[in-house]
Amino acid sequence: MIELEPVIGLEIHVQLATKTKMFCGCEPVFGENPNTRTCPVCLGLPGALPVINERAVDFGLRLGLALGCELANRSIFHRKNYFYADLPKGYQISQFDEPLCSGGFLDGVRIHRVHLEEDAAKLVHSSSSGRIQGADSSVVDFNRGGTPLAEIVTEPDITSAAQAREWLSLLRTTVKSLGISDVSMEEGSLRCDANISLRPVGETTLGTKTELKNMNSFRFVEKGIEAEIERQRELIQSGGTVVQETLHFDPRSGSLTALRSKEEAHDYRYFPEPDLLPVAVGPEMIKAAQDSLPELPAARASRYEEEFGLASELAQRLAFNGDLGDLFEATAAICGAGSDARLVATWVNGEVSSRVDEGSDQTVEPEALAELLGLLEDDKITTAAARGILDTLIEHGGSPADLVESQGLGKVGGGDELSAAVDAAIASDPEAAAKVAAGEQKALGPLVGLVMKATQGRADGGEVRALIFSKLADS
Amino acid sequence: MSTDSTKLSVTETVAAVASGLLSKAELHAAWLDRAGLDDLNALSWVSDSPELVHGDGPLGGVPLGVKDLFCTEGVPSQSGSKILEGYLPPYTATVVEALAQAGAPLIAKTHQDEFAMGSSNENCAFGPVLNPWDRGRVPGGSSGGSAAAVAAGLVPWALGTDTGGSIRQPAALCGVVGLKPTYGSVSRYGMIAFASSLDQAGPITRTVADAGLLYSQMTGKDPRDATSVEHPDSVEPVVPMDLTGVRLGVPEELTGEGVEPGVREAFEATLDLARSLGATVAPCPLPHAPHALSAYYLIAPAECSSNLARLDGVRFGLRVDPDEGLDGMYGATRAAGFGPEVRRRIMLGTYALSSGYYDAYYGRAQRVRTLISQDFDSAFEDFDAIVTPTSPSVAFELGSKTADPLSMYLSDFCTVPMSLAGIPAISIPNGLSDGLPVGFQIAGPAFSENRILGIAAALEDGLKFDGSPAWIA
Repeated sequence: MIELEPVIGLEIHVQLATKTKMFCGCEPVFGENPNTRTCPVCLGLPGALPVINERAVDFGLRLGLALGCELANRSIFHRKNYFYADLPKGYQISQFDEPLCSGGFLDGVRIHRVHLEEDAAKLVHSSSSGRIQGADSSVVDFNRGGTPLAEIVTEPDITSAAQAREWLSLLRTTVKSLGISDVSMEEGSLRCDANISLRPVGETTLGTKTELKNMNSFRFVEKGIEAEIERQRELIQSGGTVVQETLHFDPRSGSLTALRSKEEAHDYRYFPEPDLLPVAVGPEMIKAAQDSLPELPAARASRYEEEFGLASELAQRLAFNGDLGDLFEATAAICGAGSDARLVATWVNGEVSSRVDEGSDQTVEPEALAELLGLLEDDKITTAAARGILDTLIEHGGSPADLVESQGLGKVGGGDELSAAVDAAIASDPEAAAKVAAGEQKALGPLVGLVMKATQGRADGGEVRALIFSKLADS
Repeated sequence: MSTDSTKLSVTETVAAVASGLLSKAELHAAWLDRAGLDDLNALSWVSDSPELVHGDGPLGGVPLGVKDLFCTEGVPSQSGSKILEGYLPPYTATVVEALAQAGAPLIAKTHQDEFAMGSSNENCAFGPVLNPWDRGRVPGGSSGGSAAAVAAGLVPWALGTDTGGSIRQPAALCGVVGLKPTYGSVSRYGMIAFASSLDQAGPITRTVADAGLLYSQMTGKDPRDATSVEHPDSVEPVVPMDLTGVRLGVPEELTGEGVEPGVREAFEATLDLARSLGATVAPCPLPHAPHALSAYYLIAPAECSSNLARLDGVRFGLRVDPDEGLDGMYGATRAAGFGPEVRRRIMLGTYALSSGYYDAYYGRAQRVRTLISQDFDSAFEDFDAIVTPTSPSVAFELGSKTADPLSMYLSDFCTVPMSLAGIPAISIPNGLSDGLPVGFQIAGPAFSENRILGIAAALEDGLKFDGSPAWIA
């Protein structure tokens, strides 16, 4: 059977956190009462005209610089014409053949272009699925309409669902560090569509692609792409052909459904927006954008290596996921120079990241994590106990020291309690004890297990083993 | 002051108000009476307010007629279309607001061709406007209501808009003055758009001085219109220019075939007058001008097909919902709301922008537009102004061209090239031909309004046109 490889390109929409909308003075706010953030311009009333939000252009330039793009010194807005109830003017003001930024590169993935456009309004359908199919009626909330968007289009350089997720996470970190967007997938300020095709390994031409929409979390991006790769793989390997279409991923069922082809048959009749002049990007605008650039993830990773002595892979994992990087830096700062930043890094990357969804508010505070790792470093608690405490901290918060105290999680060691537990274990399994005494290392396991059970994991494994040996040697 | 105050030009009226000879209340009452006499279907709405609110500006409280397509808060703004019948905007167009502040409050709205598409006012969903000189004839279009209202003395002055000739041609056919300013020198915010890259508001008045006065308070950069610009010169009160040594160019391409004999005769007579006042008159080539109409009828419909997409029945205006889903509602609403000429141009424009045809139509038309602009640039190296008849014919009979859109489109043959180039042009009354007014057009380079107004005023003095259709007196 032919081996197939996935070819994936992403289209990411980022809502820019400007004070006003892309072409009018309305304030874009998430979660306000419907249709309270509107004016003649963003409602598309007769006679109203757009004016370009300079801040949005500045944000677009910052984004272009951070992604290593070439910035156009002249850029044009076009009208993209189509009828839909969420598009009040009957056209979206977007960019076509002269985008603000072209080319670029981020962690192994080439950027095709970055352009600015306005967001559509929000349609709310009264149907069980919340989708237009089968809806009795639909209403429109124009609050979102006209919010500035940057659309980032990558080249098809991604080869797996996991890579797509990781790369998107790096992009989110980059955009977040620029301070130009809330980049929340839940609230829709970061949206990702994927173009997916398969081709035989070694082939250079692209296969027929499908476009996957509506993946509104990092997990769904990975799951959705994975599902579509599998669907195409099965289709091709059973002799079928992929049809170019747009698919909707339903995260609840994991299923993919095609949007009606009628919605696809668009001729957008692009033409230069006659109500706007071309955007002239002068050297002073570029300099302002350059001056505002923060430390970007790649530079941050290098700094982690130098400043904290982290291995490069670990440094990158933290720096490329901004939430983890922030937590690591804050925690390491509280722990201070005397402690081992590598322990903090390992915990943030391993224990914390496996417990906290990206972008989620339910996480651990750096103060609490620093205290927890301090207890661990000072040998007051075992690793197993620390993991349990971390669960509690993420779920309910609280102070690690208090939790150790109130739940009796302090480490057992050196004293009578551990000695008694070891004695009890030897007594309850004399057969294993005899084998250990005879030099059979494998028999040690059950004895250690009994001690751990008796101490609820609060004992140190090495200390328990040493104690068993010494007691059996003495006998 | 007697009721004759309405016979004064605005410039004279402003002086009378300033010197205390005329009170603003008298002025207002007199013009409400005049507006009430409309039997031409020129006015779409007349104020019922006993007092018009306006600022203390230089326009002296002289009320203004405003073309239907300007949005006016709480006042019907329908752009001559059934799809906007009774539409009350929540805001007022920048220029209407500015003129009220300057002392010219809104007294009436005027009928027009639907969405400003037409040269006869017969494309108005609310019936045609009649020409006050001959009620069997059209007033021109699309600002026919404004031109007829000024000519008949229903309003002292009015706002029109010009996309390919829509101020100048009706001004010519009604025997009044119409100025299409430089593109961008007047805000378009609040004008219901026809073709965004061409639309421009301007005055329709009885005298050249009045046109200059109104324009001086209209021009300026509007932060709400990104294509608007500050006029580089201040617009001065109009003084007739000494024409000695002024070089007038006559483009053969716009004055040859197709111009009626009577119109030609009047045009030649005015060239003689200009010569007698010291001007030089010489042929001036505009080699691409004959292609202007073709380019215009691709660019304007293309833009209108997009501009009119917002009239979709969702948020305002007419909605016809046969319960066949969203697409069914769109189709039914637009089929019922738009008249045949608007539907024709939407289809033309949609086609011209279609993928695969864009370069051949819209792209090529834009290249022609650039060439026409360059023609004018070279011409203005040798000439101070370019002059042509405004319209190749006098007012035609109602219904005589409605079946033949191409012959109707030819009405704008002499005005469209200036629109494409974005340059200012003014039409002044050039006498009568068989009892009907003829127009004389003067065009200059961008922002040369002071110059063309000055030339126009000099010729106006020499022509001594009696600006009233006989029945007014």
